[in-house]
Amino acid sequence: MSKPSKKFDNDPNTTGHVWDGIEEFDNPMPRWWLWVFYATIIWGIGYTIAYPAWPGIKGATAGVLGWSTRGDVVAEIQAAEDKLAPINAKLEAAELTQITTDPELGPYAVSAGDAVFKTWCAQCHGSGAAGAVGYPNLLDNDWLWGGDIENIYLTIKHGIRNEEDDDARYSEMPAFGDDYLEDAQIDAVVNFVMSLSGEPQDASLVAAGAEVFADECSSCHMDDGTGDRSQGAPNLADAIWLYGGDYASIKETVTYSRFGVMPSWGNRLTEAQVRAVSAYVHQLGGGE
Amino acid sequence: MAILDKHKILETNATLLLVCSFLVVTIGGIVQIAPLFWLENTIEDVEGMRPYTPLELAGREIYLREGCYVCHSQMVRPMRDEVERYGHYSLAAESKYDHPHQWGSKRTGPDLARVGGRYSDDWHLDHMRDPQSVVPESVMPKYGFLEKKMIDGKYIGDIMKANAIVGVPYTEDMLENAQSDFMAQADPDSDYDGLLERYGEDSVNVRNFDGQAGVSEMDAMIAYLQMLGTLVDFSTFTPDASR
Repeated sequence: MSKPSKKFDNDPNTTGHVWDGIEEFDNPMPRWWLWVFYATIIWGIGYTIAYPAWPGIKGATAGVLGWSTRGDVVAEIQAAEDKLAPINAKLEAAELTQITTDPELGPYAVSAGDAVFKTWCAQCHGSGAAGAVGYPNLLDNDWLWGGDIENIYLTIKHGIRNEEDDDARYSEMPAFGDDYLEDAQIDAVVNFVMSLSGEPQDASLVAAGAEVFADECSSCHMDDGTGDRSQGAPNLADAIWLYGGDYASIKETVTYSRFGVMPSWGNRLTEAQVRAVSAYVHQLGGGE
Repeated sequence: MAILDKHKILETNATLLLVCSFLVVTIGGIVQIAPLFWLENTIEDVEGMRPYTPLELAGREIYLREGCYVCHSQMVRPMRDEVERYGHYSLAAESKYDHPHQWGSKRTGPDLARVGGRYSDDWHLDHMRDPQSVVPESVMPKYGFLEKKMIDGKYIGDIMKANAIVGVPYTEDMLENAQSDFMAQADPDSDYDGLLERYGEDSVNVRNFDGQAGVSEMDAMIAYLQMLGTLVDFSTFTPDASR
């Protein structure tokens, strides 16, 4: 290193490097910057003492504050639950039919139910509850198992045709194509079913189809095809179709049957959540 | 400071600089990585974890092949909004048999760490064939082709062996019966007692997942999705005080 040199009296020292006659001033760091730097070091030491930080061989230091991410989330959820505990207790104690008209519980149940619906129900029934092919529309007046709040509650709590809940609603339509009805009979009954709701049908087959329907279908779907909610047999006369009302869809239904499953939500949601989402679904438009 | 002036020796001697840099990086690496092999609270001590069954493992391979991880993460973070939406936050133990893990951080679609049992097999089938038929807002592509590709599990034993080498506790018994277990899980009429005995009575779903004869890639995929996040018995989980 060459000796630091000064060209003018007020120049700071140079670093001592010279390259092609070019030198570099050795300016000191600004004081404020230096102090902030020292402060971060001190803060860093304090931080690693207060919070979990240094790994050892078999574990890491826990920190004197005893903080943990997992502890945090538990505490936060508990705090939220505690805050809602009084109104949830009221919701659980209330008569189901009284919930929607109660000035305090009604709005709470509907907005809480909305959140539950968007989280757990929207994937099948749609975020607007309009359903999809195979997943019922909850906005209309057509209900498979009953549209009063008590029936909606039972459906949500136990589900439909699932294996996890012994109280789940259960019914099973036979697959009539399984060597049970002749193709011509199926063809006829499909046309009869289409005539019930005025879908375009082959009128010449309707009379034959009516006979098949009376023998095979009317015990569940009733003589006039309006269905039976006690066994989840859909109304076939109302032009509302779960799996489609065209010839091919109805034929597929009759031939292979359908077996829509809904999970039991009593296992996953709290009683208050089930009641809230029941109230939400009930007020969507079709509630009875 | 005298020692800082010695810098010149390092800076003007490339080989010495290389050796010393390597030394510094090695020490840094050891401090960061080595303790993970001994830390006792890295992987929680919980009951219920088991290696993937052959069919589930095949589903996982298809999940990787199709790049599902590009849009779906598999880790429920310990935050209230996540726990309320997806369920209990994920544990390290739950991905201890994942090579590689699928935690991810990109969520165009929802987290799938606890998707198992949340929907019916039929829903998954509808959703794979045409995601918009059940979720109109979805931007997920269609995966209906999975049900057309039939698979026989010919190489699944090899994949299991590879997993066993990196520490997944597949037993000799499991490796020997890989292909028959593979076929049995998608066929409820088969003799699947051996499969249940090897992997666990309660935690293995034996169903015809895609509703058609034979084993398709769709069977494997749904079998995998339907077990995600369902294994750990959370009654045996005690949260560590400092994590």
